[in-house]
Amino acid sequence: MIRIAVGPEDFDIAAETRRVAGRGGGAIASFIGQVRDDGNLASLELEHYPAMTGKALTAIAEQALSDWPLHAVTIIHRVGKLVVGDNIVLVLTGSDHREAAMESCSFVMDKLKTVAPFWKKETRADGAAKWIEERQSDIEAAGKWKN
Amino acid sequence: MARSLNIIYFAWVRERLGIDQEEVALADGIETIGDVVTLLAERGAGYADIFSDPGKLRFALDQDYGIAATPIGSASELAIFPPVTGG
Repeated sequence: MIRIAVGPEDFDIAAETRRVAGRGGGAIASFIGQVRDDGNLASLELEHYPAMTGKALTAIAEQALSDWPLHAVTIIHRVGKLVVGDNIVLVLTGSDHREAAMESCSFVMDKLKTVAPFWKKETRADGAAKWIEERQSDIEAAGKWKN
Repeated sequence: MARSLNIIYFAWVRERLGIDQEEVALADGIETIGDVVTLLAERGAGYADIFSDPGKLRFALDQDYGIAATPIGSASELAIFPPVTGG
């Protein structure tokens, strides 16, 4: 089962975990990405390409389902204006065993970072705004998966 | 036959151009994403700054990633944006 959601609203981790648990198996891996406090960040604006985002996230989830023995993949990503400590992204993978759940969860995040059409713009406490640039470490992390 | 393509922009590409989309007529000989980018780069200063260095840009044709050599074919939408930074 694939569940993809993109929007401004926050997600309910407990409810999403119950949903994945309901698909069977005894191993659920999760990743929660939040807005990091790096000193003087006032807010983060997340933009996306609505016509492409769902398609790109679904393709990543389908790849995970075909490469690992999974019962469920959930990917939820927020857009709009966020502040320090806010949730940004939730990935849940459910399987019979922890290795498949944890590996596939890591795979989904690595791919999402380099393929899903989201862009972050940060605004500092002094009002200065800047689009965040891609990180070489993210490209390398995505490249380590053979698919 | 006159062809046209809807081009949509995101993130700093959108901000620097000051528009989020535009319809561009494709003359004969404009066959690939790279041809369209060259056309945009020739439009003047604001465009040249952004489109003369396509290595900084990413492209999606009808919502699938493409590269400079990808043929436009019958696609109706070309998205041009910086490398993605979600997650």
